[in-house]
Amino acid sequence: MTKENINSECTLNQAMEMGLTEEEFKLICQKIGKTPNLTEAGICSAMFSEHCSYKSSKKWLKTLPTSGDHVIQGPGENAGIIDIGDDQAIVFKIESHNHPSFIDPYQGAATGVGGILRDVFTMGARPIALMNVLRFGEINHSLTNHLLRGVVKGIGGYGNCIGIPTVGGETNFNKSYNSNILVNAMATGLVNKNKIFYSAASGVGNPVIYVGAKTGRDGIHGATMASAEFSDDTESQKPTVQVGDPFTGKLLLEACLELMKTELILSIQDMGAAGLTSSSVEMASKGNVGIEIDLDEIPLREKNMSSYEIMLSESQERMLMILKKGAEEDAKKIFKKWDLDFAVIGKIIGPKKIILKKENTIVCNLPLDFLVNESPELDREYEIKTSKVNLSNSKIFNKNSVKTTVYKIIENENFASKKWIYEQYDSSVMNDTISIGNKSDASIVKIHGSEKGEFKGKAVAISTDCNSRYILNNPIEGGKITVAEAARNLVASGAKPLAITNNLNFGNPEKKEIMGQIVGSIKGIKEACEQLNTPVVSGNVSLYNETNGKSILPTPVIGMVGIVNNIEKIIYINAKNNETLFIVGQDENKYDGFLQSSLYQEVFCDDFLGQVPPIDLQKEKQFHDFVMKLNDNEIINSAHDISDGGLLPCMIEMLLFNKLGIDINLPPRIQNPNEKNLLFLHGWLFGEDQSRIIISTNKPDKLMEFSKSENIKIYCIGKTNNTGVVEIPKYDSICINKCLDLYNNTIPNLFS
Amino acid sequence: MRVAIVVFPGSNCDRDVFEAIKSISKKLPKFIWHKETNIENFDLIIIPGGFTFGDYLRCGALASNSPVIKSIRDHASRGGAILGICNGFQILTETKLLPGTLIRNSVLKFLCHDLNVIVQDTLASPFTWGFKPSAKLNIPIAHNEGNYYINDNELKKLKFNGQIAFKYEESFNPNGSVENIAGVLSENGRILGMMPHPERSVFDNHNSLDGKLFFQNLMEQLLS
Repeated sequence: MTKENINSECTLNQAMEMGLTEEEFKLICQKIGKTPNLTEAGICSAMFSEHCSYKSSKKWLKTLPTSGDHVIQGPGENAGIIDIGDDQAIVFKIESHNHPSFIDPYQGAATGVGGILRDVFTMGARPIALMNVLRFGEINHSLTNHLLRGVVKGIGGYGNCIGIPTVGGETNFNKSYNSNILVNAMATGLVNKNKIFYSAASGVGNPVIYVGAKTGRDGIHGATMASAEFSDDTESQKPTVQVGDPFTGKLLLEACLELMKTELILSIQDMGAAGLTSSSVEMASKGNVGIEIDLDEIPLREKNMSSYEIMLSESQERMLMILKKGAEEDAKKIFKKWDLDFAVIGKIIGPKKIILKKENTIVCNLPLDFLVNESPELDREYEIKTSKVNLSNSKIFNKNSVKTTVYKIIENENFASKKWIYEQYDSSVMNDTISIGNKSDASIVKIHGSEKGEFKGKAVAISTDCNSRYILNNPIEGGKITVAEAARNLVASGAKPLAITNNLNFGNPEKKEIMGQIVGSIKGIKEACEQLNTPVVSGNVSLYNETNGKSILPTPVIGMVGIVNNIEKIIYINAKNNETLFIVGQDENKYDGFLQSSLYQEVFCDDFLGQVPPIDLQKEKQFHDFVMKLNDNEIINSAHDISDGGLLPCMIEMLLFNKLGIDINLPPRIQNPNEKNLLFLHGWLFGEDQSRIIISTNKPDKLMEFSKSENIKIYCIGKTNNTGVVEIPKYDSICINKCLDLYNNTIPNLFS
Repeated sequence: MRVAIVVFPGSNCDRDVFEAIKSISKKLPKFIWHKETNIENFDLIIIPGGFTFGDYLRCGALASNSPVIKSIRDHASRGGAILGICNGFQILTETKLLPGTLIRNSVLKFLCHDLNVIVQDTLASPFTWGFKPSAKLNIPIAHNEGNYYINDNELKKLKFNGQIAFKYEESFNPNGSVENIAGVLSENGRILGMMPHPERSVFDNHNSLDGKLFFQNLMEQLLS
């Protein structure tokens, strides 16, 4: 757009090119009492985009539980905050960078990490851990290798350089992501409870400050791009992808935290999606004030940028702040030390408007209430579809030996170790990392400096989860299971679950079955969060994850944070020799497991349609309390939850590190091999029934006592030995070395 | 024991080294900002890991032109002890205070994991003396450019002088370094550059405490 026409009235065609609908454009003209110029229309379009306005999901997001005794800040700020005692709080959020990462995997993933880190340190917290949830297409799809390598390099490129450890996450493959990968990054930070910073602007006349990197033409209208479906000419959207600079990100992090130690700053917000537009609009509207910005004062990287381009650029590593009047010079010194731009670009005004000036003319004058409060909230049509298929285990049963079956599951890309990926991330910088990868069910980072004398300190435990197989077949039950599993991972690591952040990745919400997936999974998440007392404190929605009309699997990712009040109570997954393994949550009467919707079904049937395993949230909660009680009483030596793959693969994961063996104690009714019993055995070993974990202990008697008094079912699997062989009497012997080889080498063999 | 830790804008292991030294020597080390030019009277200067200036050019290339480097050279010429860890090692080769250079890992990937380094039979040096040659230290690595390269003539000299401080185990060379070299000493034995991060195996939450042994030995040797 040239300078001549930038102030001219926007036509309907131009508005639609920016992503506005005809209806929205008419509403804008009516509400602001004029036809907007191009800059104004661009600002409206960005604010009304799905990415900024959550217009399709808002109605349903409002139903989620967001409060609790320990919640300091729920959704609506840069990130959520929970109280962990000792005057400290944990700040965390997850965010997607799906579309950019498909267009340019390195930069897309890198800026995803940079963006989520800024959301956390904007609130005054020092980031202490990064996690990421990745979804790629089939392993043999022509793009998968390139996309995976690029994304992994991008995540590492940013996190490694800025010096925040990447401690966990999950990577899965499915053909539905062939042309629409998912990259969700989660950051967790630590803050002093009395030193939290918010984004609401205040004080008429106070200076508005721009700090960080210069503004360029990268990422213009990125929020609108992220709110549309892909087609085959996605390549042409490269200019909408931002470019990350972790070094500047590091400078900005240190400079902001240094400034926050002073009394100079009032409020601050990251320039994320829709850049200067959303940050200025949100800061002012939250503070019930107006904002006036002189665009000639914005530090620019390129010449002759129009007001439209400046407002919609998504250049990275920039922050908007409100300082106390007269604090400019002292604040500037800090940013000069870190070689960052610092510019006074405007002031807070009384009338609730956003006024932009360029070359002494007003180029934008819009009412804030309209932009924020009257952005559309849609009540989209939806249909919550659950699978009509109901298969008996005999329809899923593969008739193979247990040995063949378990090897196939272990070497499946959705089960095998992702070490090849996470070794490319610096996981030990900052010196507080306790558990990454498969060391325990959750990733664990020590709270820096929390140790005192004999007391070894506290830790934060984080788990990310999403099981799309369940959600596709039953959005509500699947949503419940996803939250329950995240909590189970924390409990099985010795942590107490506290709160969640979620990243709702779905297809096109204009289709009622997709909208049904969104509504259904939110209902399930809501119920589980209420039962498990883990409110939702932050989140992100990514819709239109479709290419040429084909949607991704529904992928509502849960990032759950919990607290370990004494790091000596952390539970790891590796069992030791001569310990007794128990299933907690089932007894000897259970012999037929739930094979529908399982990884077993996915691996052997190439499909996973069916019913989902039932979950009773009240029982789940009792079960968690029971496991925590066992841990308090030092009955648990190691533990691992039973999830993808079922009992046998999950138990083998506990034996791998120490190359142990075990003679499995089979339930009496399936002890004699015949075809019918082999079918039962498969269900028993590979079914994905919920609310179960495996523990190892040296105190079986005590465990049995507790199990009786608390009325929780347990089942003794057997005693570990050092043979390196898992013996299933009369059926099969499984070699741990072979399992280890398959587990460790599958991913490197695919991608090296 | 007076220890200085040099901080560049993109250093990211400065705090980790600080806390490691603090816990071992019970004395607070001092941070030195890279623009400072007068750093005297330290027993040990540590250049920690990180990405000094983003390392978009060769790693450590920009840092080697920082104002603080002159003081570090002066300290070296007085025979002062200097330890460069990871990016610090890269800076020491860029400034030619140590021979050789560090190029991209042969696998073309950043790598972060635990491994063993083997102490070599070296010339007199506070960094290695106190350990038996062939002692193994379990210390993590985390780098993208740790592939040590040096030409044959200079390598011969290194070996002849006993300047190779640490090697990776033959079958676990992570980055393609010449002769599995993980750490190199200056000709007088007073400067060490190493890719592994000893400060990451010091505390109870770490997988090993061998980094603590490394620093304890260094302190003892420097004081004796």
